[in-house]
Amino acid sequence: MIELAGLTKRFGTKTAVDHLSFQVRPGVVTGFLGPNGAGKSTTMRMMLGLDHPTSGTVRIDGKHYRELAEPLRNIGALLEARSMHPGRSAYNNLLCLAQSNRIPERRVGEVLDLVGLGAVAKRKPKGFSMGMGQRLGIAAALLGDPRVLLFDEPVNGLDPEGIHWVRNLMKALAAEGRTIFVSSHLMSEMALTADHLIVIGQGKLLADTSMAEFIHQNSRSYVRLRSPEPVRLREALTAGGLAVAEGPDGVLEVDGASTEQVGDLAGAQGITLHELSAQRASLEEAFMQMTAGAVEYHAHHGSAAGPVAAGPDAAGQAADGAEPRGPRWSKEG
Amino acid sequence: MASATAVLRSEWTKIRTVSSTVWTLASALLVTVGVSAGLCALSNATFDDLPEPERLTFDPVLISFAGLTLGQLAMVVFGVLVVGTEYSSGMIRSSLAAVPRRASFLFSKIAVAGALAFVVGLATSFLSFFLGQALLGEHSTSIGEENVLRAVVGGGLYMGLIALFSMGVTAMLRSTVLSLGILVPFFFLVSQILAAVPKAKEVARYFPDQAGSKILQTVPNAMNSDPAPYGPWAGLGIMVLWVAAALLGGYLVLNKRDA
Repeated sequence: MIELAGLTKRFGTKTAVDHLSFQVRPGVVTGFLGPNGAGKSTTMRMMLGLDHPTSGTVRIDGKHYRELAEPLRNIGALLEARSMHPGRSAYNNLLCLAQSNRIPERRVGEVLDLVGLGAVAKRKPKGFSMGMGQRLGIAAALLGDPRVLLFDEPVNGLDPEGIHWVRNLMKALAAEGRTIFVSSHLMSEMALTADHLIVIGQGKLLADTSMAEFIHQNSRSYVRLRSPEPVRLREALTAGGLAVAEGPDGVLEVDGASTEQVGDLAGAQGITLHELSAQRASLEEAFMQMTAGAVEYHAHHGSAAGPVAAGPDAAGQAADGAEPRGPRWSKEG
Repeated sequence: MASATAVLRSEWTKIRTVSSTVWTLASALLVTVGVSAGLCALSNATFDDLPEPERLTFDPVLISFAGLTLGQLAMVVFGVLVVGTEYSSGMIRSSLAAVPRRASFLFSKIAVAGALAFVVGLATSFLSFFLGQALLGEHSTSIGEENVLRAVVGGGLYMGLIALFSMGVTAMLRSTVLSLGILVPFFFLVSQILAAVPKAKEVARYFPDQAGSKILQTVPNAMNSDPAPYGPWAGLGIMVLWVAAALLGGYLVLNKRDA
């Protein structure tokens, strides 16, 4: 269990983390989501006692980090890939960490085997690929067999097989009753791993909800229509009791209706349709909307972003550079 | 709090498992002994050409440590790397996550590295002395003479303290490059030059290296140097104060700053 109470961090005049209060519970994977620069890494560093909070507290199983006698036995963390000495063998890097917390030396070999680095244990991390470095960091996190684990962007630099492995590892660790807290800036990644979701933007808490609830709230479907007679179509649909919203480029969007229903109404009036399709807003889109006001670094694409991709995959990846758009489906309640 | 012996063991593992430890300490020993031996042989060969004041205050012990001016730079590099690579590699985050008490982490590291530097310093000092005396021929002295053992042991202490000072400064600056960029020119150039400039030398004699190296002299005003307002042990004491200040500063920075 990790508990944050009013956690705040300021760097000069900039507030990186702003009164965060939430709990990370054992037995589930908790996703920590936010755009780049939202304060995720700073929050995680404060959890580990590396950064001093400006105010507020973090407790790990009820204790401040510095009160933990042998912290690696309570909490393990993958912070950045580069937190190992590049000129010291992978084995020895882990050995000095193990020794400081009186973790038996055999555990070093065990965790290296567990992450698939057994064969390169004697090699120096400076020759490691990013993925291998990431695995070494995960091995370090697992050294003390801790009840609480933090992973900061664990899939960075991993190949698809590695990503799959990390996901399963986190789920397995959670199933053993451990507290798993994993950050990402990709909603699609979280949707596949996390049971619970904490979303922050510009250091502020935006959501603290179960994954199922988040999907339920944010992946509502709508029907997309294009017609050479938009005015007539709109009248027909409104008369049929449907809420119609105007999309980009003359597209109409109907919330909370089936394609059959919409098609029948148009057909009854003899209106030509060029498109009639069921759409689901992706979770990625929902996430981008939630954090739209809180994004630190924007790519400015003007109107070139075009229509937002939306497909059957609820967790589909949004197109690169797609601008978040207004919450179409909540427009007319 | 993590067990003190566990943290010491961990720091010892860190030091013995990087190659820089071997090459910096080996350089400190070889450069000091080699350059000292060369200058001893040269002094012996050209003794009669020395100016009279230098002949009268000729210090066979001090001359056998002549290579220390250069060899100490390797000790500086050792001290800087021991602390600096924690920052340059990012290891500091893993280290402090494992040992969150800053004092426990820093002073264990400094104790282990300082002890090692002192042992290598002593070996360097004795080797340099005996080799130097063998090459000085009739101008040599022996370890049994007055103040000689003090100077030779002092040489080991001096090298250990130089390493500790470098560790403290690096802990304050949190950067290998910055620390080397300041310490190496300081000890190799600034301090040496200022010590030769009138007026400036009144200040320079209180620099850590100038004060600490007083312990290497066994003859008053050795090699026609200026008389210092402090004795050998007081000089070393001044150096110890510098080291203590650097280490305290390093601790305060580590404790206050985010990692």
